[in-house]
Amino acid sequence: MSTWRIARLIAAKDLRIELRSRVVTNQVLPFAALVMVMFAFALDNDAVLTRVAPGLVWLATMFSMLVLVQRTFAVESADGALDALQVAGVRPGGIFLGKSLALAVELAVLEVVLLIAAVVLYQADVAGSGVVLLVATFVAATTGLAFVGTLYGGLAAGAKGRETLLPLLMLPVVAPVLIGATRATEAAFGTNGATSSEGWPWVGLLVLFAALFGLGGTLAFGSLIDE
Amino acid sequence: MTPTPTPSPGRTAVARPTGTRFTRVLGAAVILGMAWLVLFGLFLSPNDEKQKAGVRILYIHVPTAWLAYLAFIVTGISSAAYLVKRTRSLTWDRIAGASAEIGVLFMGITLVTGSLWGRISWGIFWTWDSRLTTTAFLFVTYIGYLAVRNLGGTHQQRARRSAIIALLAVLEVPLVHFSVKWWRPLHQQESVAEGKLSGLMLFSLFVGLIAFTLLYVWLLLHRQRVLAMEDALDDQGLDVALAERRAEGAQV
Amino acid sequence: MFAVMSTSDQTPYVIASYVITLGGIGLYVWRLLARARKIAPQVREEDRPWT
Repeated sequence: MSTWRIARLIAAKDLRIELRSRVVTNQVLPFAALVMVMFAFALDNDAVLTRVAPGLVWLATMFSMLVLVQRTFAVESADGALDALQVAGVRPGGIFLGKSLALAVELAVLEVVLLIAAVVLYQADVAGSGVVLLVATFVAATTGLAFVGTLYGGLAAGAKGRETLLPLLMLPVVAPVLIGATRATEAAFGTNGATSSEGWPWVGLLVLFAALFGLGGTLAFGSLIDE
Repeated sequence: MTPTPTPSPGRTAVARPTGTRFTRVLGAAVILGMAWLVLFGLFLSPNDEKQKAGVRILYIHVPTAWLAYLAFIVTGISSAAYLVKRTRSLTWDRIAGASAEIGVLFMGITLVTGSLWGRISWGIFWTWDSRLTTTAFLFVTYIGYLAVRNLGGTHQQRARRSAIIALLAVLEVPLVHFSVKWWRPLHQQESVAEGKLSGLMLFSLFVGLIAFTLLYVWLLLHRQRVLAMEDALDDQGLDVALAERRAEGAQV
Repeated sequence: MFAVMSTSDQTPYVIASYVITLGGIGLYVWRLLARARKIAPQVREEDRPWT
């Protein structure tokens, strides 16, 4: 069975589990929306909120992602599914790509919701010319985040008492995504006079990030989930 | 017939737990070096024209920064050495761990002294320029690495996991460096700030560099040996437990 | 713009740097050697190849 086929099957399984349990839609999305509201409480200044809206979208994504990642591995540990897959000889690279794909889909849904929240709550403005840049940014950033989340999530999933390690490990790693995605989104929004052309180099960085962690993750995942 | 493990040595203290003649000589050199650093750094060298007394902090801050980077490079190389089958040995894993720990210690000192220097030279404890931010990132990342080392499991599992995390960290560093550099380019003024040191000031910097390098080697040797002893104890405990289990089976 | 502080104001910061550095290192060394002293008697001779 080819790695791609394994990936597709595992991604489909993860998404089917989500469709049936609706944990992301019922718990994570409300949490993300709540985070956006709390930002407004904390920052208490409409002009500031509009200006930092891109950053807040990605910040809320990062925090909600921690919950998403833990969820994606919680479904595995419940019945020892991950161990079973390994024992059955399923190539870990395929498991990695599959879970990343499912995580990316869930992240994409999350980000769309957050974007809408930003437009509604912070009066963020999307310039028409910036839409292509915006889409490219979201795709590139989401891919990178999905790879990193699956990789470190796999490590933090194992024995009890490890979940608290996930934020410490993951958040520093995704710093380039936070910086790059925010700058590119600002360029797409036209915040602070940034033009679309300024955003594309950042998209390049995001693509590089995704490529490196996609490759690294495929190679390293097996060793990290080995108990 | 598996040999029964030799009984644990008595609890009498060991004269030199992790020391050898080399480390004793090295240790003496470290103490001497540090004494010279204090002597020159605090007393014999002059104040800088622009930074005044602030330059004295740099005699610590710059060497610890360099040694921290060196320590993390050693961790990276040792981690790679462990992962390559031909050179696989838990000694590499222990060197990686020891070096990372010392790197975190030195980097912590770098951040604190840098912050104090910034306060007296620039009036601010911190600024989000590319160098400082990357340094802070490295610090947090290797703290995470040390946490991963304590996740438990067999020594081989620990070694493999940590080695991968270390190499991923090496992968991230350029990504973080570039993203922060594009985000906050180094201001012109700050590069002028460090300027050029000469004479006794440059000498003091060298003293600091040599003293901290010697200290790094000394710490690495001792820390790595303590890790080796701890691993040996783990294995001993396992041997004893296995022997007891077999003894139980034999009695039945 | 430069050297916001006078030399006399700077002195406590400089001293603090050296104290924190040497103190921090000293603490680390102390704990390391103490740990070594504690576990060495329990470890077999052949597992300490450096002696």
